Amino acid sequence: MSNSDAFISIRNVQKFFGTFRAIESVSMDIGQGEFFSLLGASGCGKTTLLRMLAGFEDTSAGEIYIDGQPMSDVPPHQRPVNMVFQSYAIFPHLNVRDNIAYGLRKRKLTRAQRYELVDEMLDLIKLPGYGTRKANELSGGQRQRIALARALILRPKVLLLDEPLGALDKQLREQMQLELRALQRKVGITFVFVTHDQEEALTLSDRIAVMAGGKVLQVDTPQGLYEAPVSRTVASFIGNMNFFEGRVRRNGAATGAVEAEGLGTIPIPVDRLTRPDGAPVQVALRPEKFALTATRPDGDVPAVPARLNTAAYLGERSHYYVAIDGRTAPVAVSSPNVSRVNGPAQAGSDLWLSWSPDAVVILDPD
Amino acid sequence: MTDTSLLPDQTADAIAPRRRGARLTAMLHRRESLRGYLFMSPTLAIMAVGIVAPFILLLTMSTWTRQGFDFDTTPTFANYLRVWSEPIFGALMQRSFWISGVATVATVLVCYPMAYFVAFHVHKHKMLWLILMTLPFWTSYLLRVFAWKVILGYEGVINSGFLALGWIEEPLKVLLYSQTAVIITLAHAWAAFAILPLYVSLEKIDRSLLEAATDLGDGPVRRFFRITLPLSMPGVIAASFLIFIPTTGDYITPALLGGPNGQMIGNFIQLQFGPVNNWPMGATLSIVLMLWIAAIGLAFLYLTRVARKRLA
Repeated sequence: MSNSDAFISIRNVQKFFGTFRAIESVSMDIGQGEFFSLLGASGCGKTTLLRMLAGFEDTSAGEIYIDGQPMSDVPPHQRPVNMVFQSYAIFPHLNVRDNIAYGLRKRKLTRAQRYELVDEMLDLIKLPGYGTRKANELSGGQRQRIALARALILRPKVLLLDEPLGALDKQLREQMQLELRALQRKVGITFVFVTHDQEEALTLSDRIAVMAGGKVLQVDTPQGLYEAPVSRTVASFIGNMNFFEGRVRRNGAATGAVEAEGLGTIPIPVDRLTRPDGAPVQVALRPEKFALTATRPDGDVPAVPARLNTAAYLGERSHYYVAIDGRTAPVAVSSPNVSRVNGPAQAGSDLWLSWSPDAVVILDPD
Repeated sequence: MTDTSLLPDQTADAIAPRRRGARLTAMLHRRESLRGYLFMSPTLAIMAVGIVAPFILLLTMSTWTRQGFDFDTTPTFANYLRVWSEPIFGALMQRSFWISGVATVATVLVCYPMAYFVAFHVHKHKMLWLILMTLPFWTSYLLRVFAWKVILGYEGVINSGFLALGWIEEPLKVLLYSQTAVIITLAHAWAAFAILPLYVSLEKIDRSLLEAATDLGDGPVRRFFRITLPLSMPGVIAASFLIFIPTTGDYITPALLGGPNGQMIGNFIQLQFGPVNNWPMGATLSIVLMLWIAAIGLAFLYLTRVARKRLA
């Protein structure tokens, strides 16, 4: 995304806590109406970055622009952003209606107008008639929705969400993910969403920034991150990945290939090869890009003989570990259980391991 | 819960004659309220003997009348009627409530910022700060009162200091032996009773609530009145009661520092039980004082509740 149509623009932002560098020069752009996630393990700086957007932390260096305005000198209560807190932060001394109407105080509205807006929000979050409930009478899911309504009623330019689904149980979390996505499309507000749950990030986001150690490793669409990770860290953080030591083979300008341990020579279009002939690379392939068959697949499909070590039946799919010649570590394979009779589950059987060449990811060695 | 508690009971029934203790244990296991009363029984016994019994005695005595050096024990409301009709009692009561009310407000107002500071801005050694704040309490009440006498006296610290600085021509007489002296001393003497409950209620406030209020557009001042103050109200109420109730009946500070205009109802009650030797009147005044404190307390609770709703 180019700088000009960026709605939120983060420019060389750094953050120090004492001598500890929490954020190491982060720059990125977020578009208007985007559902943007910051994904990373705890301590990677994602929450710090979010809190800097909200204004609860100042930037040690760099600048954040929201809708073209620099934010450094804007105190948190005057920023055009609102936040859904991890703990929801529902005010315990107020009922649901007063919680949701909390931020409306500044606007010159009559009580009837305020209540009408609150009722609209209650309908939107599917809790109609909850206005007079007390804060301590609410379940976790309800609190989460009310925190959302309280922020959205102010029509912020950006909504910040700090792991809002983390405290919910699995089933409710999945339901809320769908609702959150639908809600974001409906209101059209830019969402910046912090999570450590990669599946959640993939489900919800238009784009994801993967963070580690205070740095942004990659910003891409869910599909981009999964299918074309730029580094080994990103590749192993999102989903599972098999890594093979490899070497670049360039046969002139037209065709190229990588030689991967145990897989032989895999032809790769030259434009995907950035390194010179003979340079060491990491060849990465996800478990589900492999297929296991009893006989060698027909046609031009690359395949090597393999021996099945272990198999695990997981219902919708099965996980296999197979040994191949030329590589000590086993290769992980994941395949859907399409038919009722499942494939070769007998440990020790001799099989063929094949893969689709266009799914191969070439990474620089770490 | 029911499953586990039924079991020992059934076994106790089956082999009932074997041990009486088993049945009692089972009963205690099952009845939560019974266990509660058992735990509270020492306190309840002390309260019955130490509070309820004397109160009944006081109530009975207030219906007696003095007869020379003896008491006429015929029940009568004569004392109550006297308290109602003679203005001196009402005036004394009013003054007591005024003095201790001002002292209470002053103490809470002064202690709130201190408690706020420790709760929100001190991150290390909070305990040490609290202990330092309550340090004056390590000396006796009388000593503290005398200390104020030294500070506020005609030739005391303040007067001689101001004289030396040339701020005043002659010593201020209003300092000692006045209502001001009583208020200042009471406010200082009871400060720890305000700081601790205020600190606890402020410390308990979830910091994310304050951030949420800021995020929703409140500046620091508005946030304080909409979130911090309402949520710390239990501490304010506790502190107010803890100071107001004991100070209205106090008689040491007014006796030592009050002068003629600073005498409170406590001094008068003490007089009745002492030199005047009119115990029934003393008892009556005590009961009336209690009723007034209860009424004022309830009114205060009601007002804070209304104020809290308004603020939100």
